[in-house]
Amino acid sequence: MSDSHGGHGALAHHFEDLEQQREAHTLGMWAFLVTEILFFGGLFAAYVVYRSAYPEAFANASNQLDPVLGGINTAVLIGSSFTMVLAVHAAQQRRKWAIFGWLWTTIVLGTAFLGVKYVEYHHKWEHHLIPGPNFLFEGQPGGSEQLFFALYFSMTGLHAFHMVIGAGILIWLSVLALKGRFDEPGRNAVEMAGLYWHFVDLVWIFLFPLLYLLGRHQ
Amino acid sequence: MTAPSASAAPSFAPRDNYLTADYSWRSWLLTVDHKRIGILYLLSVTGFFFLGGLFAVLLRLELATPQGDLVQAETYNKLFTMHGLVMIFFFLVPSIPGVLGNFFVPIMIGAKDMAFPRLNLLSWYVYMIGGLVSFLAIITGGVDTGWTFYAPYSSTYANSNVALTAVGVFITGFSSILTGLNIIVTVHKMRAPGMTWFRMPLFVWAHYATSVIMILGTPVLAITILLLALERLFHIGIFDPKLGGDPVLFQHLFWFYSHPAVYIMILPAMGVISELVAAFSRKRIFGYSFVAFSSLAIAVLGFLVWGHHMFLSGQSVYAGVVFSVLSFLVAIPSAVKVFNWSATLYKGSVQLSTPMMYVIGFLGLFTIGGLTGLFLACLGLDVHVHDTYFVVAHFHYIMVGGAVMAFLGGLHYWWPKMFGKMYPEALGKFSAVVVFIGFNLTFFPQFLLGYLGMPRRYHAYPEEFGVLNVLSSAGASILGIGYLLPMAYLLWSLRYGPEAEQNPWGAKGLEWEKAPTPPPTFNFDATPIVTQEAYAYADDLPPEESRTQARLV
Amino acid sequence: MSASHDAAHADHGGAGLKLYFAVFAALLVGTWLTVWVAGHDFGVWNTPIALAIACTKAALVLLYFMHVRWSSRVVWMAAAIGFVFLAILLAFTVSDYATREWLEIYSAPLKGR
Repeated sequence: MSDSHGGHGALAHHFEDLEQQREAHTLGMWAFLVTEILFFGGLFAAYVVYRSAYPEAFANASNQLDPVLGGINTAVLIGSSFTMVLAVHAAQQRRKWAIFGWLWTTIVLGTAFLGVKYVEYHHKWEHHLIPGPNFLFEGQPGGSEQLFFALYFSMTGLHAFHMVIGAGILIWLSVLALKGRFDEPGRNAVEMAGLYWHFVDLVWIFLFPLLYLLGRHQ
Repeated sequence: MTAPSASAAPSFAPRDNYLTADYSWRSWLLTVDHKRIGILYLLSVTGFFFLGGLFAVLLRLELATPQGDLVQAETYNKLFTMHGLVMIFFFLVPSIPGVLGNFFVPIMIGAKDMAFPRLNLLSWYVYMIGGLVSFLAIITGGVDTGWTFYAPYSSTYANSNVALTAVGVFITGFSSILTGLNIIVTVHKMRAPGMTWFRMPLFVWAHYATSVIMILGTPVLAITILLLALERLFHIGIFDPKLGGDPVLFQHLFWFYSHPAVYIMILPAMGVISELVAAFSRKRIFGYSFVAFSSLAIAVLGFLVWGHHMFLSGQSVYAGVVFSVLSFLVAIPSAVKVFNWSATLYKGSVQLSTPMMYVIGFLGLFTIGGLTGLFLACLGLDVHVHDTYFVVAHFHYIMVGGAVMAFLGGLHYWWPKMFGKMYPEALGKFSAVVVFIGFNLTFFPQFLLGYLGMPRRYHAYPEEFGVLNVLSSAGASILGIGYLLPMAYLLWSLRYGPEAEQNPWGAKGLEWEKAPTPPPTFNFDATPIVTQEAYAYADDLPPEESRTQARLV
Repeated sequence: MSASHDAAHADHGGAGLKLYFAVFAALLVGTWLTVWVAGHDFGVWNTPIALAIACTKAALVLLYFMHVRWSSRVVWMAAAIGFVFLAILLAFTVSDYATREWLEIYSAPLKGR
């Protein structure tokens, strides 16, 4: 979505006016998010099929995850979405340091999320819960519990990958903000990055109950 | 012909166009001009087409005799796999959208460029990287899973370059997504003043529908292929029956993309046909809005039928019934199109120019391909012809008889606009006939072979299938000549062909009426103002009748 | 052009911060609620309840944080179409698995282990 930023003028050559350019970028971002929904969608389909086939195994496997860490991470991510909204808001009002500050708050929260994720992954590594030939569940080699962990790592891994990309984009935008790029495309870029960031949050809103909480009531 | 602004520039000196703007390598490899990107796509899909064609030649040579004498069974497996992979992912999917769509969608709606010119260039690079990775997999040993990568063979048992090929296909998928995204935004936001949705050429509608499929379907293929690669490399177990995983789930996810992908390949071809039929019948397309909406209907219905590839996979028979019934529904919008094209021909002043020869071929072959598709969608009959040459013949009638014929027709039709040169018409007509004859000779016997029970994907067969297979192989060699001829004379025309006028066919549409030949970098001398609907061929009709037609649209 | 865009944002921009804060608070409450209901057994309703809460939270993010509420019709369509086709993918895939055992002659391949 970065077509306007390399150019020197605010308006790229092939657009008639800034309004057309902004609308095109917004729609392009949404079209991209549609692909993202279906990209994660394949994993959700696999999840639905296997969880309904092996409810017991999935509940047991899910109980190996730490809902406290998951819950904290959910709050952290929602918090980062909130600060992202504030960054977009600041961009609309062209407040340079506010943009910079809120972007970096978002980045820090995102990094915290990834840090917690690392702790969780490390814990799984130590307990042989990484899917593959060395997988052990309660001392037994992998059964359909392994399917849960294959999905857990695919889904949260893909999600974490999106977070890393997102953090990179935010760092880049914060540099642009310091350089004083507040023309219409510059502000719109913050908004587009915001859409992406919120989408990543949105995915986690579903991942948290589906992965961490399904066996808790037993 | 209403806005006089476009034709104002006098043409004493040869004017700058997108081809002459800059001759350096850099200007081509870093171009953001949608027309140059279209040319880059043209070069690369042609390369892949002949690579896939080479595999087809080897397949048909092997099948010319009943014994497996030319290649080993394992080699044969690799050959048909790579033929399918190259033709589908690297030729059919990107061909018409990448070449003709890239070049003409912006011009047809009166835009200076695509909405995201750099993403457009990126999509070509991503396509090339994916292509090179897959090519690397091919030359370092190949892959033998079939283009469908069915688990658990692909994930566990195959001893070929599955992971590397999968990565190549995964990467190429993003090229398709970027193209689709770009076309969608372009159509929504870049239309010239006065270019309302129902004044757009049907080519643009078809590309819009195609793009919707591209952005909705391709990501599911991407994640499926990714899971497959993970399964193969790290044995995570997701499709492994030993751990309770289900290989049929792979088929569900795979066909969620790959059935709609069939429409990614054929819808742009239908868009080309709509343009050509109107231009060479000198008549407004019959039932414009029906043809336009049938494209969208195909795009949506195409997502509801994927299970008809899985009737014999262990899928629930009840789901099979639903998928079977829904598959029949797709025939409705497809038939709407065929009927409307035929109705457009009726009482039109039909000119059998080269592009029109391809259209006539398309209409017949697509109809045969479509109708045999109904046989296959029928739950009971499919049990009989499943995985036989009947299926092979069916999808080649759609893909080669449909999509490739339309691509060639469109290429001939727009060639003068793209390069400013005319090709030799007589040779053009001759090769169209050669292609038609060669095609039918190749693939019609395969319907019979399949119905008689010859399974697909075997390198040897019983003697009694010999005659039909020889016919098929003979036809393939004619078809090959039919493809080499246009390649030769089109290249020849670039240097020696006569200069093309702005509108050599006397066709309607912004690309002919308003854009110079070849178009300048920003397509038009001034942003066109559109005041009439597409296909305003009513000039030749008496005034009253033309007004009636205009109101109907 | 951009002035009208700013004006459009000003409509909700003034109340914006308060609204964003309210949404943020609602999302945190939703997260707490998700955890709370997970600790209780509602039988077959466990998953629907969890999903209902998640969908509500997702809707809040979409409508307010992602500004869909103030967006043009085409953005509404784009936002909806992804979920519609995800629903198609899920529904048709599940329709296979849910009906496999209806017919006796089919073994149930997913009840192996």
